[in-house]
Amino acid sequence: MTAARTITFTLNGAPVTADVKPHHNLIEMLQGEFGLTGARESCGQGLCGCCSVVVNGRAVSGCLYLAQFVDGADVVTVESLDTREKLSPVQQAFIEASAFQCGYCTPGFIMMVTQLLDENPDPSDEEIKHYLTGNLCRCATYPEVIDAVKLAANKRKAVATA
Amino acid sequence: MAATLNPSDAKVGSQVGRSVPRLEGRDKVTGRAEYTHVMRLPGMVYAKLFRSTVAHGKIKSIDTSAAKKVPGVLHVVTVDDVMKVLKSPYYGPAFHDQPILAHEKVRFVGEPVAAVIATDPHIAEQAVQLITAEYEEMPAVFDEVEALTSDVFVHEQLKPAHTFADLKHLKDAKNTNVALSYNLRRGDFDKAFAAAEHQFEHEFKTQKVLHLSFEPFACICDFKDTHVTFYDSSQGPSFVRTEIARLLGWPENKVRIKVPYLGSGYGSKLYIKLEALALALAMIARKPVKVAHTFEEMFYQITRHPSTFRIKSGVDKNGKIVARKCEVYWNGGAYADIGPRVTQKSGLTAAGPYDIDNVWIDSHALYTNVTPSGALRGFGVPQLVWAYEGHTDMMARALKMDPVEFRRKNLAIEGRAHATGQILQDHPIEKVMDKVLERMEWSKPFDRGGNSHIKRGRGFAIANKAVISPTTSVAIVNVSADGSATLYCGTVDMGQGSDTAMAQMVAEVLNIPTEDVRVTPRDTDVTPYDMGTLGSRSLFHMGHAVRRAAEDARDKLKALAKEVGEPEGSNIPIAELFQKRYGMQAGNVIGSGIYKPDYTSPAPGTGQSPNVTPFWMLAGSGAEVEVDTETGHVKITKLITVVDCGKAINPKSVETQISGAALMHLGFTMFEKMHIDGGQVTNASLADYKIPGFHDLPTKLESLYVEHDQSNGPFGAKGVGEVATFCVGPALANAIDDACGVRIMEMPLNAETVYRALRAKMGKPLEDA
Ligand code: FES
Ligand code: FES
Repeated sequence: MTAARTITFTLNGAPVTADVKPHHNLIEMLQGEFGLTGARESCGQGLCGCCSVVVNGRAVSGCLYLAQFVDGADVVTVESLDTREKLSPVQQAFIEASAFQCGYCTPGFIMMVTQLLDENPDPSDEEIKHYLTGNLCRCATYPEVIDAVKLAANKRKAVATA
Repeated sequence: MAATLNPSDAKVGSQVGRSVPRLEGRDKVTGRAEYTHVMRLPGMVYAKLFRSTVAHGKIKSIDTSAAKKVPGVLHVVTVDDVMKVLKSPYYGPAFHDQPILAHEKVRFVGEPVAAVIATDPHIAEQAVQLITAEYEEMPAVFDEVEALTSDVFVHEQLKPAHTFADLKHLKDAKNTNVALSYNLRRGDFDKAFAAAEHQFEHEFKTQKVLHLSFEPFACICDFKDTHVTFYDSSQGPSFVRTEIARLLGWPENKVRIKVPYLGSGYGSKLYIKLEALALALAMIARKPVKVAHTFEEMFYQITRHPSTFRIKSGVDKNGKIVARKCEVYWNGGAYADIGPRVTQKSGLTAAGPYDIDNVWIDSHALYTNVTPSGALRGFGVPQLVWAYEGHTDMMARALKMDPVEFRRKNLAIEGRAHATGQILQDHPIEKVMDKVLERMEWSKPFDRGGNSHIKRGRGFAIANKAVISPTTSVAIVNVSADGSATLYCGTVDMGQGSDTAMAQMVAEVLNIPTEDVRVTPRDTDVTPYDMGTLGSRSLFHMGHAVRRAAEDARDKLKALAKEVGEPEGSNIPIAELFQKRYGMQAGNVIGSGIYKPDYTSPAPGTGQSPNVTPFWMLAGSGAEVEVDTETGHVKITKLITVVDCGKAINPKSVETQISGAALMHLGFTMFEKMHIDGGQVTNASLADYKIPGFHDLPTKLESLYVEHDQSNGPFGAKGVGEVATFCVGPALANAIDDACGVRIMEMPLNAETVYRALRAKMGKPLEDA
């Protein structure tokens, strides 16, 4: 198999380097080189959203994104959202609204909902459904996710006005 | 807050009945929860599988020479290599019929034939492409009804495991595809049917669908010559341990199964799946080996049973059902897995929640040449309800009776005998029905949509299920010297929220906050036996064991207080108690609990038993739809599901179980289907096999429960993992019939099926595609 190449990029705010082979996707690199397992591969076809990672400010499907493409890029994963003291408003809302069961899809949802609320701080039900169409949940926690998005929107407003 | 021996109740408040947020919530929303599929061990190597391309055939040769030459490939393994490390390569829960790798024959497309072990999964994958095999193809059988009389036999000889007494007679049976026939006889069906005023007969079918848990199957085996450890995405670590010990001829205590959180299972990760293969490969590689499926490979592991159900009923002039005959054929696929249990345990409820004096049930498990079938959230019951609740509606229509009133007249209520002979207790079926109807506003006038091509209709369905019995659970509660409590229980939390619910029960007994209870991850070296996380049994069975373990710990703490001279009723902090007894922060108090319900096996031939199940699950669904008669498209405007949960230990978890199960079943009902052409699955990917997403949500979705104290349940509770799946399918089919007068006998109810039915009704059928 072809040789690895060294790439340099920013991962959750810190500069990093990694040796990656041409066929490695972003998920394999994040898991294999950095031990970050929040983004995970399920369908492998860009259809379920379990592997969502933010590259240069846009969510991408890590399963279809070749690792070498992030050379020089800014990469953000779910692991960047919390601190020891605090969860992000979206994470907190997911817990309060019980918006997951097995949790396998949850990091992907959290990344997309964070991006949704950045763009649209007060989305309607229809806007939520439309924006999250690319995220599937086999446990079908869709109604609870809609509740969580609304709860998170309120939490973010409360933080903003505090 | 320090735990004390006899706190006043006001301090903690009731832990049972509280919507405690999930204990593992933080790990899940931060992406830090562990799942086997993403785990790595130091020095681990990877296996990938070469699979059969024919549905049924003798293996003439397998050529692994090119694969072996790929740099990075450590071993290329066939069954001959497996048999050098494990004498018998066959495994399974009901039959020891499934080979670790195909042995002499292949029995379905996708069956594993060879495995490549390599240092990198991509290398293993690449090497798999270089393997070739030659088969002598044999005729295959795919249909469950055909399999009963076909002269194609999937297995040369049947090999029942020793686990189930009712399979013993099948040992070494030849020239048959029947892996079990279950029979129930009550009264005299033939006579009552012949004498009945009205006679009805229908045939319903269900398609092949599958679980598709987002964490695909995964297992890592770390084999040492004296003991073996598995990291396993499994719903039943105790069973895996027993079966691996059997394959090795080892005592169970040398086999350790560790199960982190599951990216769910829905029944797919029960019994034994990849573990035997991982074991053989790790023995050969002498390194930890990971076997992890891709999404596509799940289509070749396990699915739900397709079924054919012929149902006959005789109804008297007052609208009372007097006789019912059920012939159910379960398409079990190439290996039995747990199919024979589905056939029996669900078969016994095939006549539905109705009070019928003369019942005849024949339920057959059949081998066919497709991916094996097993348990999927309902253990066969959704397939049965699909038939009997469609049948009920069709009879009501023919009799010009209101479908709800027709059911009410026939429901088996508390105190009446079930078809098995068991007297129904804690069976508040009318309460469930009334709640659905109330939320549907059934008694109000219904808007049918006037003259446009959009027709509106509504439908209802109701069902019951017997929990699988008898099964055993064991739990341990460990109180440490600082007063903190740890629960060891083998129930696998795959998303249903069992860790939290079980911790609530411990907290309730010990009078401490649930959040302070630690539930250990499952590890058979420390977690005691549990039959498996299946069939909605855990909250009831393990719940009892957990409660008993906590009570045992509490009693031992009280005894300890007495021993150190505390007065009766003392509220000494638990930590001080240990301090007093051991002179420092030291020691443990260990409580344990076991639960196994009473049970009487059904009499052979008649299926009669006074005590076939410790509790009944009850569900009802109501649906409203809009059918576009120009396209066949169905819009679900309302879906209401009500279950009886006994007592909601965690109300929020109960609601999410109901809505999750109902929506999953909406997918099975409306569009999910594995397409199989000559034994070959033609839509094995998420791109080609659609599952429910946001846009499939009904306009209005309600997921509700009634609480009827389960008198023999822990805190009055019973399981709710599957119950909401039962009625969604027939409620929707009944609603479609109500809207536009077409009756669909086989799922899925997609636009094409509905449109074809509409055209057929107009006398202008479409040609077959
Ligand atoms: S795994 Fe990438 S979208 Fe499904
Ligand atoms: S919570 Fe299980 S897949 Fe979404």
